[in-house]
Amino acid sequence: MTMSADAAPTASVGSSKVVLVDSSTVVLGIETSCDETAAALVMGGDDVLSSVVSTQVDLHAQYGGVVPEIASRAHLELLNPIIARAIVEAGVPEQRIDAVACTVGPGLIGALLVGVSAAKALALVWDVPFIGVNHHEAHLYSAFLEDPTLEFPLVALIVSGGHTMLIEMQGHGRYRLLGRTIDDAAGEAFDKVARFLDLGYPGGPAIDRVALHGDPEAIRFPRAMLHDGLDFSFSGVKTSVINHVRKHPDVSAADVAASFQAAVVDVLVAKARRAADQVGAKGLVLGGGVAANSLLREQFLAACVDDGRHGFLPSRAMCTDNAAMIASAGWHRLRSDGPTPLDAGAVPNLRLDFLP
Amino acid sequence: MLQVRTRSLAQTHAVAAAIARLSRSGDLLVLAGEMGAGKTAFAQGFGAALGVTEPITSPTFNLVHSYPAGRITLHHADVYRLTTQNEVADLALGELAEDRGIVLVEWGDVVAAVLGDHLAIRLEAVPDDVPETDETDEGGDADATASVGEPVGEAAASDPDEIVDEPRALTITGVGRGWATRWSALEAALGEWAAC
Repeated sequence: MTMSADAAPTASVGSSKVVLVDSSTVVLGIETSCDETAAALVMGGDDVLSSVVSTQVDLHAQYGGVVPEIASRAHLELLNPIIARAIVEAGVPEQRIDAVACTVGPGLIGALLVGVSAAKALALVWDVPFIGVNHHEAHLYSAFLEDPTLEFPLVALIVSGGHTMLIEMQGHGRYRLLGRTIDDAAGEAFDKVARFLDLGYPGGPAIDRVALHGDPEAIRFPRAMLHDGLDFSFSGVKTSVINHVRKHPDVSAADVAASFQAAVVDVLVAKARRAADQVGAKGLVLGGGVAANSLLREQFLAACVDDGRHGFLPSRAMCTDNAAMIASAGWHRLRSDGPTPLDAGAVPNLRLDFLP
Repeated sequence: MLQVRTRSLAQTHAVAAAIARLSRSGDLLVLAGEMGAGKTAFAQGFGAALGVTEPITSPTFNLVHSYPAGRITLHHADVYRLTTQNEVADLALGELAEDRGIVLVEWGDVVAAVLGDHLAIRLEAVPDDVPETDETDEGGDADATASVGEPVGEAAASDPDEIVDEPRALTITGVGRGWATRWSALEAALGEWAAC
């Protein structure tokens, strides 16, 4: 299956004109749902012309791991220059933009509104369709951006600071939630353990780095719910690390980091594999910020090779929140559902529309 | 101020549920305590008592999770990652509570001064009684321990015998007039777990 050229172009009514959605359709994507402010231009759903992300990680590090001005204020200041830069870097005139897609949820209402208001204003000014995009759906589409040869049914493991989910993709817009965390997200556990061990910020890369020098079998941290369904629990392993270090203050931080990482990755890979087996998935896709973790990438791919299944690892740039995936998902939504009405609002609790 | 002692995760859930039953629309509750003290676990017991059926997960990264399924909407916030009062103001916690909701704020003690009337709940793991979650089977198969040692949802919570004790000390303080009229009811509801 290719994502761009094989389907017949469909007509879609914008605010006043008809837009053909095909491989030459250029969509501006905007993302402001959480920490990242981002804009991107994507043509035909998978050709990334530009992708600009204002990762504030350097700023974070100066503050010892705490993020300054996380919420809407930062998005407000950054969004206009970032959109301008995305257009310049794409090397196309504004007039070439056929639609504006923006994350409408889930996320913080104040943060979402910055992006949604900008997207609607631009759609009005340029007289092009506005497309509201679900952030989770965009994460799923980020895989197609980099690997258009993926075939349904797919299982996606989305692992980030805020989410840990296993989703079956039966087709475009047809999803089933197979499993999710019942307490902490995997990325949050990485971050909190890194902070507890004083390894620096952001926590994921810090653990990854330090773990290289440690023994992953030094401490047997719990693999919660390993044999129990497809849901996850990472609160226990975090508490277990804290208890272990309090009782053994002289323990090597590298051993703790390596052993903790091994415990989390074991569970993620085992469950992803089981989920793929259960639904007979042709492909297994990794996404989200924790997809940048070296051990997870290595073991995820090894499991796919073992099982003879098409495995997909995102590039590290595509792991974090970005707007290319928003533009891509927007292109697909515009083709299947047409434009989103301009009176539709931001939805902080937006869920993916899962099949029963 | 009320001092409460629980001997297990199930008891901490029960204390949270007792407080939830006395909570009403517009209430703000501030959860304090170190990492791993059980703030999210408290929120899980609290939400379940309000009728939330989906898993209540940590809001650290997403900052606010809202659960409209219960009898009152539960807004579960976490200001751990926030450093300035401007950022906290951005979350509009007061407005969330006013709009027929109850707001639970983790790490909210840091910003309690700007939160107005609230109930403050501090959780502490009881010293010298740290649960053995990883030590009992070092080198062996930890999976069995993993499934019983930590808050792993309904399966574990419904079978308290299977849970390794996680004793907690809770200190509950009412700030402002919001809880003054309910204080004796709260004392009675928590009497079973009173520390002294």
